[in-house]
Amino acid sequence: MIPAAFEYYRPKDMAGVLSVLEEHGDDARVVAGGHSLIPMMKLRMAEVPHLIDLQDVAGLTGISIDAGRVRIGAMTTQHEIINHAGLSDVAPIMREASLQIADPQVRYMGTVGGNVANGDPGNDMPGLMQCLDATFILVGPDGERSVAARDFYEAAYMTDRADDEVLTAVEFAASKGGYAYEKQKRKIGDYATAAAAVLITKDGGTCASASIAMTNLSDTPVYSVDAGAALVGTSLDEASMKAAVDAMLGDIDPTEDNRGPIEFKRHAASVILRRAIENAWDRA
Amino acid sequence: MNKELTREERTDALGGMGCKRKRVEDARFTQGKGNYVDDIKLPGMLQGDFVRSPYAHARIKSIDSSAAMALDGVIAVLTAEDLAPLGLHWMPTLAGDKQMVLADGKVLFQGQEVAFVVAKDRYIAADAVELVEVDYEELPVLTDPFAAMESDVVLREDLLGEGGSLPDGAHGPRKHPNHIFTWEVGEKDATEQVLDEADVVAEETVYYHRTHPCPLETCGCVASMDKVNGKLTLHGTFQAPHAIRTVVSLISGIEEHNIRVISPDIGGGFGNKVGAYPGYVCSVVASIVTGVPVKWVEDRMENLMTTAFARDYHMTGKISATKEGKITGLHCHVTADHGGFDACADPTKFPAGFMNICTGSYDIPTAYLAVDGVYTNKAPGGVSYRCSFRVTEAAYFIERMVEVLAIELNMDAAELRRINFIKKEQFPYQSALGWEYDSGDYHTAWDKALKAVDYDGLRAEQAQRVEDFKAGKTRKLMGVGLTHFTEIVGAGPVKNCDILGLGMFDSCEIRIHPTGSAIARLGTISQGQGHATTFAQILATEIGLPADSITIEEGDTDTAPYGLGTYGSRSTPVAGAATAMAGRKIRAKAQMIAAYLLEVHDDDVEFDVDRFVVKGAPEKFKTMKEIAFAAYNQAIPGIEPGLEAVSYYDPPNMTYPFGAYVCVMDIDVDTGVTDIRRFYALDDCGTRINPMIIEGQVHGGLTEALAVALGQEIAYDDMGNVKTGTLMDFFLPTAWEVPNYETDHTVTPSPHHPIGAKGVGESPHVGGVPCFSNAVNDAFRAFGLRHTNMPHDHWRIWKTANDLGLHG
Repeated sequence: MIPAAFEYYRPKDMAGVLSVLEEHGDDARVVAGGHSLIPMMKLRMAEVPHLIDLQDVAGLTGISIDAGRVRIGAMTTQHEIINHAGLSDVAPIMREASLQIADPQVRYMGTVGGNVANGDPGNDMPGLMQCLDATFILVGPDGERSVAARDFYEAAYMTDRADDEVLTAVEFAASKGGYAYEKQKRKIGDYATAAAAVLITKDGGTCASASIAMTNLSDTPVYSVDAGAALVGTSLDEASMKAAVDAMLGDIDPTEDNRGPIEFKRHAASVILRRAIENAWDRA
Repeated sequence: MNKELTREERTDALGGMGCKRKRVEDARFTQGKGNYVDDIKLPGMLQGDFVRSPYAHARIKSIDSSAAMALDGVIAVLTAEDLAPLGLHWMPTLAGDKQMVLADGKVLFQGQEVAFVVAKDRYIAADAVELVEVDYEELPVLTDPFAAMESDVVLREDLLGEGGSLPDGAHGPRKHPNHIFTWEVGEKDATEQVLDEADVVAEETVYYHRTHPCPLETCGCVASMDKVNGKLTLHGTFQAPHAIRTVVSLISGIEEHNIRVISPDIGGGFGNKVGAYPGYVCSVVASIVTGVPVKWVEDRMENLMTTAFARDYHMTGKISATKEGKITGLHCHVTADHGGFDACADPTKFPAGFMNICTGSYDIPTAYLAVDGVYTNKAPGGVSYRCSFRVTEAAYFIERMVEVLAIELNMDAAELRRINFIKKEQFPYQSALGWEYDSGDYHTAWDKALKAVDYDGLRAEQAQRVEDFKAGKTRKLMGVGLTHFTEIVGAGPVKNCDILGLGMFDSCEIRIHPTGSAIARLGTISQGQGHATTFAQILATEIGLPADSITIEEGDTDTAPYGLGTYGSRSTPVAGAATAMAGRKIRAKAQMIAAYLLEVHDDDVEFDVDRFVVKGAPEKFKTMKEIAFAAYNQAIPGIEPGLEAVSYYDPPNMTYPFGAYVCVMDIDVDTGVTDIRRFYALDDCGTRINPMIIEGQVHGGLTEALAVALGQEIAYDDMGNVKTGTLMDFFLPTAWEVPNYETDHTVTPSPHHPIGAKGVGESPHVGGVPCFSNAVNDAFRAFGLRHTNMPHDHWRIWKTANDLGLHG
């Protein structure tokens, strides 16, 4: 649990960050809350000769809500998300999910940006962002660009972000209707055995829209288009619920680990998704 | 003091036995002022770190440390070759085996110590570890003890005799090169006959999985050899500092008076810190070689992977009974997976510890136990994780077998226990497997427990739940876990308990200061048990000085009297007894002094709380404080000055704490998630010294029991890789996972202990594990389940439900 030697940088602005990234390429990494990267460095599973601490970089924190659009700075902590009154009004699923991430001590340090940018399939925010159809803002040597959360994840720890880019914010539209973030885990601090993020809107007794994403059931978060589509236009009868669950099962690809064999994970995923859909439907 | 205090007020002022005295240790612990081994920084101190084997079984073809030695700040890289001339490349284990200090030609488990890097700081040491190049040749891996007993692969060539013969091991004949010992207790033929002729026999194989004590503080030491005066000081996380001193002396050749072992504050032990580890030997050698202090402290992964696992017992049982449910016989065979070396921490004559307490709380007339120890490619250990030697295994076994028998008999498991308990009037009770239970009142405890939880009401609710489940109204089942356990603690009588030949007595030495305060030193060492609080309470009651005026000191072998340390709930039964006995010696001398001062005959004064009074004239007295001053400062004919005493206590018997536990659990059949709705724990530890500390011990022990029962394990894959080497996968419960505990008690004092105390630190773990497990098993009883193994984590519970067809 002793990391290899590294250079530590603490720039005051993004230009300083980008210059270090430009100079050292993939030998440099930015660190936000450090809850994924620092343990990996201590285990010597990640070697980072040049570590850039973002905490003094201006403009990376804060939550703004403007005309139904939410913007959360990458360095905003989960603790801040949980305690932000306005955010709970326009995207209550953010609070519900954040409360299920690790424990309070971790949430004081853990950030949105770190959680989504690291590409760890165990993290909760990536699936949540896909459910919300969020956009990630990236800054690089050529300026700013945006990429949809649903297009961002390529494989475990592999994302659309280039080595010389920094993820600076996430943006999404205020969500309407019902929501639920359901997560089964072995204990506090654990990654999900299975987790489901669900947003549903109702038109009378009919499902008008549904967005479904799953966490830690594949090497990336899984946004299941078909699962959501299976619910739209139905009254969430048993047949449509089953169709949604079956569609989700067709999209996930869990692996065996200490949380259990594949067969169990698929069963848990279907139970958790059902509960999330029912919960979101009741709230819609 | 103008107003004369009442007797009750004087008693309260002492803070003696029976009061909820606040822990005197906590001021420093809660303010971060504890002094743990990793806090020790000595001038010029170097840091050690291990190169460890990535393989579970491999031959070592070569070790090249040249790149590591070339790194600036690296002082030395020790290998077995360097230790061999000193005879220190191997070391004796507590179980009569020997263990490699550094890999001598091969490795037998993943994480085994291969080379020891000594560097100027912790970071350089870790960098250097990466630079040591070891060329391994992989060998076939044996992770299953049953397969090991059939295999042609010999793990321990060093134990083969001429021409591949099998010389006896430390515990007798060996059947196979991977076999360590067979240990038999009881009557085999008679037991088999009873089973053959019984109305009913229940059989089951119960696997108690491998787990780990995982104290918050890992193991470590600082060795400091002073080459000028020839003295070695060894600070370390030692649960038995005196035993470590003797062992270090025996294996290093340094005379014992030149070795000072100090256990500073210890952050939990739970058995993990009883044994001797390669890190200690390497640190000592490195300090001798370099002439400066050397520190070695494990990280969490090293702790989980290499130092002292617990359990790993495959237990096959047969229990017989009459049609009415009277148990007639018990047969138990254990295949014990000891890993690559037999480093179990057990008294020498008990290679499977006190597993022969496996008749439990029941009057079983005929019984037989056989244990086969086996080598595999796993880490060595086999320590008593929050229990006396192998007592959790025994309690788990019998408490599962009784449940299985209840199923076989179609009887209520509470009633089956009740009709088989050893009766109060049968104590002292001679068990079929050789123990003399000192005392107990099981029926009273059991009835109190069942009444407290409304047992009949729980069963009615459970039956309704089963109906609702079958009718599709709920997906949750309800389990009622029962346990009545009997512990055997306080090792132990020197006539049959020793470790490496060291008798398992313990000790206390008391010095009363002239102004009426005192210091007492013991051969034990607290790792969080609160000895500084409770031993002062024993003394306060015994010698009549306030507990707040008594300092308790442990853990420095230069000052403390010899003792065998703290584990197996032995501190109160053994050192607590020594404390009381030493206190009584103080009191005996104080009586003579008081009589002289009061100008009466010795027999005419009597002890009264905090003073000696003239019999029949209580207004004539001398307080202990006055007597202490006189002891030092007044010439008393025939009595030498001073007021000191020492007692070495060799207990006449073990003590046998017991308890009755009930767990009520809801289980989500679809996810395998458990919810402990209620946990009731009644403990009888005899005389209660500090009810608050007892309650804390019960909470802690139950929490570690919950951990073990519901998910905590050291798991290996087929290649011998540890799958649970970090706290992400190794389950340590937090406040979130822990239910509310209801504690209760009865008091059945030990008849042979000076104050009637029995020890309590481990009871809740011993009783808790079967209670949680029984609740899970019981939830599925209505659906035909007999037994399912721990750990009961989500997927295994789900698998049980799935196998029973409960997922439709």
